Amino acid sequence: MTAALEVRGLSYELPGRGTRDGGRGREGGRALVQDVSFTVGAGETLVLLGRSGSGKTTTLKLINRLLEPTAGDVRVAGERAADVPATKLRRRIGYVIQEVGLFPHFTVERNVGLVPRLDGWPPPRIAARVRELLTLVGLDPERFAARYPHELSGGQRQRVGVARALAADPPLLLLDEPFGALDPITRVELQREFQALEGRLGKGMVFVTHDVREGLRLGTRIGLMHEGRLAFLGTPEEFRRSDHPECRAFMAAA
Amino acid sequence: MSLLAFYARNAQEVLGLVAQHLYLVAVSTLLAFALGIPLGIVLTRRPAWQRPVLGLANVFQTVPSLALFGFLIPLPFIGGIGASTAIVALVLYALLPIVRNTYTGIAGVDPAVREAGRGMGMTDWQLLTQVELPLGFGVILAGVRVATVVSVGTATIAAAIGAGGLGVYIFRGVAVVDDTLILAGALPAALMALAADGLLGLAERRLAWRGK
Repeated sequence: MTAALEVRGLSYELPGRGTRDGGRGREGGRALVQDVSFTVGAGETLVLLGRSGSGKTTTLKLINRLLEPTAGDVRVAGERAADVPATKLRRRIGYVIQEVGLFPHFTVERNVGLVPRLDGWPPPRIAARVRELLTLVGLDPERFAARYPHELSGGQRQRVGVARALAADPPLLLLDEPFGALDPITRVELQREFQALEGRLGKGMVFVTHDVREGLRLGTRIGLMHEGRLAFLGTPEEFRRSDHPECRAFMAAA
Repeated sequence: MSLLAFYARNAQEVLGLVAQHLYLVAVSTLLAFALGIPLGIVLTRRPAWQRPVLGLANVFQTVPSLALFGFLIPLPFIGGIGASTAIVALVLYALLPIVRNTYTGIAGVDPAVREAGRGMGMTDWQLLTQVELPLGFGVILAGVRVATVVSVGTATIAAAIGAGGLGVYIFRGVAVVDDTLILAGALPAALMALAADGLLGLAERRLAWRGK
């Protein structure tokens, strides 16, 4: 079976400054991600853990081509990401960000139905899908479908964000610190529900966080990013036992 | 002679000048929308153009209107005496508030909303028409409102280059020192500006999405 996501030798370098020194060659760009490789199977959650600026978020954006890789290869459900138009690729990858980014002028229903509508689903099918997803993320469709984002709490908004990402049933989900802005109680509540969802959905997921406890709780595997490289890749158990200094530093902080 | 008596006696002429005035304002503001809104959108896509374009529009705004009308007269094609020259000048005046507010309205959209839209696979056009323009609509309309109100006032000066409009009475009144005549031109122009302001304000309240 093809993996939900395959990443090989992924690198990203900020464009260097132009030559000003009379042709002595261009100043090298700064590498934000260097030679990152991993595979995520269906039903698996890879947690990308790391400090701020370690390249976690950049890696996510390289996968859905919000940034274009300078080197390396990304395959989503077997298909080379570089071979499909970026907009089409992104509709097959769920994307959840910390700030949620719900459209404030759309109801919950229209927000969740966004990608199906872009893909031209017939309206009754979209409506049915929206109800199904709202129920899945624990929001009663009767009560919430017609509301606007500003009428929701932070936790409810992120539930809608997750429902929106799942709408077109993508094989792969990218989550960038989805619970990072929530209060601790809501956060743990959503982590628990997310954990229950992971198994049921059978999707490949890449989950970025800098919270070790969250990572160990939700990940089937942990990838530790350090200075743009994947410094460690293994199960949560292996991560706990690892003597890699950066792993130890994170374990000490937990 | 009272104002009412003046209007009664010159009804035909008054209506003609009001119509001319409305024509100058309507054509120039419509042209300014047609140029200014796309230009404002382009600036959000080409940040490097923002300074030169807004700077140039600012320069037009600072030229005294009478002088701008005068400068345009000797120019070929767009210049000369009459309504078309006046319309060019009025468009240049109306451009800044429209371009600037279109740019500001779109640039003010929450970056997380834009990132989510792109991340979901919206094309740039879908993002613009479904998200950025609706969310920026209130600010854009506020610019349109300012441009329209300013145009109504500035159009009175168009009479100086033979474009007609209510300025004809004002200039004539100034020349012969006749308050009634000045008022006969100024009052309908002021009412027109108030009406435009009121209507566009209403549209702003009705149509614009209110953010929380």
